[in-house]
Amino acid sequence: MKKLINTADSVVEDALNGMAAAHPSLRIRDQVVYRAEGPRPGKVGLVSGGGSGHEPLHAGFVGYGMLDAACPGEIFTSPVPDQIIEATKAVDGGAGVLHIVKNYTGDVLNFEMAAELVEDVEVASVLIDDDVAVQDSLYTAGRRGTGATLFVEKTAGALAEEGAPLAEVARVASEVDERSRSFGIALTSCTTPHAGKPTFDLPDNEVELGIGIHGEPGRRRVPMVSARELAGVAMEAIHGDMPLHGDLLVMVNGMGGTPLMELYVVFAEVAAFIKGKGARVSRSLVGNYVTSLEMQGFSVTVCLLDDALTRLWDAPVETPGLRWGR
Amino acid sequence: MDTAFFVAWFEEAARLVRRDRDRLTDLDAAIGDADHGTNLDRGLTEVTKALAEWPPDTPVQVLTSAGATLIRRVGGASGPLYGSVFRQMGKALRAPVTLAGFSAAFEEGVVALERLGKAALGDKTMVDALAPASRALALAVRDGVGVREAFEQAARAAAEGAQATIPMQARKGRASYLGERSIGHEDPGAASAALFMAALATVAA
Repeated sequence: MKKLINTADSVVEDALNGMAAAHPSLRIRDQVVYRAEGPRPGKVGLVSGGGSGHEPLHAGFVGYGMLDAACPGEIFTSPVPDQIIEATKAVDGGAGVLHIVKNYTGDVLNFEMAAELVEDVEVASVLIDDDVAVQDSLYTAGRRGTGATLFVEKTAGALAEEGAPLAEVARVASEVDERSRSFGIALTSCTTPHAGKPTFDLPDNEVELGIGIHGEPGRRRVPMVSARELAGVAMEAIHGDMPLHGDLLVMVNGMGGTPLMELYVVFAEVAAFIKGKGARVSRSLVGNYVTSLEMQGFSVTVCLLDDALTRLWDAPVETPGLRWGR
Repeated sequence: MDTAFFVAWFEEAARLVRRDRDRLTDLDAAIGDADHGTNLDRGLTEVTKALAEWPPDTPVQVLTSAGATLIRRVGGASGPLYGSVFRQMGKALRAPVTLAGFSAAFEEGVVALERLGKAALGDKTMVDALAPASRALALAVRDGVGVREAFEQAARAAAEGAQATIPMQARKGRASYLGERSIGHEDPGAASAALFMAALATVAA
């Protein structure tokens, strides 16, 4: 394994130092990433967080029109309550704070603890659970939160920027999650700096179907096939769970190690599938947004848009990882 | 069981987790995300540092300090879960600490764990090691067994409980996403829980 690191123990801190140096719009304190300009009075604050290793999620989405603060944990490990409490207090502009939480046991527990412990700030939470690869039943921890996190952060962020109250921002965040579905496929494992070897062994001629974003193995392993067939597997899983219709927001997300060219190959197949179902790609995003270190592979996330959500998606955003209209 | 005993317990647990750090991470790589050994090692190193920097006066202080440090330093699911076990245990413990008192407080810690993690026996989690250990302690108290023997029995029950997770299908935590593919692997949380109980037996010996 070759990695551009100093030591495995200092990866997150070193990376955050780099972010601070590269982006004057960010301020970093005690492993929390804030907007440099601070909270705006009367605006709902948005705090998200999760393990590091998914860059640009979440720290790269701090800025105008999106998050007020991000709490990066250790690699693939959720942040601790202290970070979340500090972030929540720091971004409160008097209108309350929305916690955006991905449905992973550790993220849920740490955000719950922080929400209970934080004083004098009104906190609402939205749980992201868009991954159709996981059976949502009493016998699992429930569906994982993956790509829809970005959709929620963007739309809720735009609404908060307009001055909407906390309850309304939380309601729209939940609505976006309910309208979104994801499915991921890995061609290779990733290697966490601490473990120093691939999380799982995947032969050259096989792929993992239904992966999450932490390098964990998926539901099933099958022989490698064409991009068309892999995109078909992902889209059938999504369409089977939430029939696709009308205008769609579609993200083909790279897991960190796949060239943009291949992601566009996948997007062409995804778009053809959507057209075949009589739906329409209205807005799209192709690139590395919710990654698993250097894993090769992709995930597809689809959201059923309406006029209100389209307007929020199109609203100006200015963050290191997402930027338009401003 | 005095303050020094409880400090020694966490020092020994830290030593065992450091020793087995790679094994725990490998177990986690099989059905999770390959960070359990690293995280718990980091957390317990902080616990022993905190216990050295602010020497506690009572067993309750040891437990609450360890619990709070684990929550503040570990992250993930294991930080809050282990932290809650020890914090709840600290709340329930009465001085002077007898085996019966320890056993009752430990049971409350396990109940807090089950409540927070919404997990029960058979879900393939740390509960599968800690609940049998708690039961073994209660039986030892009932049978009037000595402290050393009681902790050995608890350690054995935890180790057997961890082994028993191998054929289980996970229903909680990240391993549950694997469905049937989680079968055939020891749960990393149960494995580390067994180390905590092994440390207890060593310190009592």
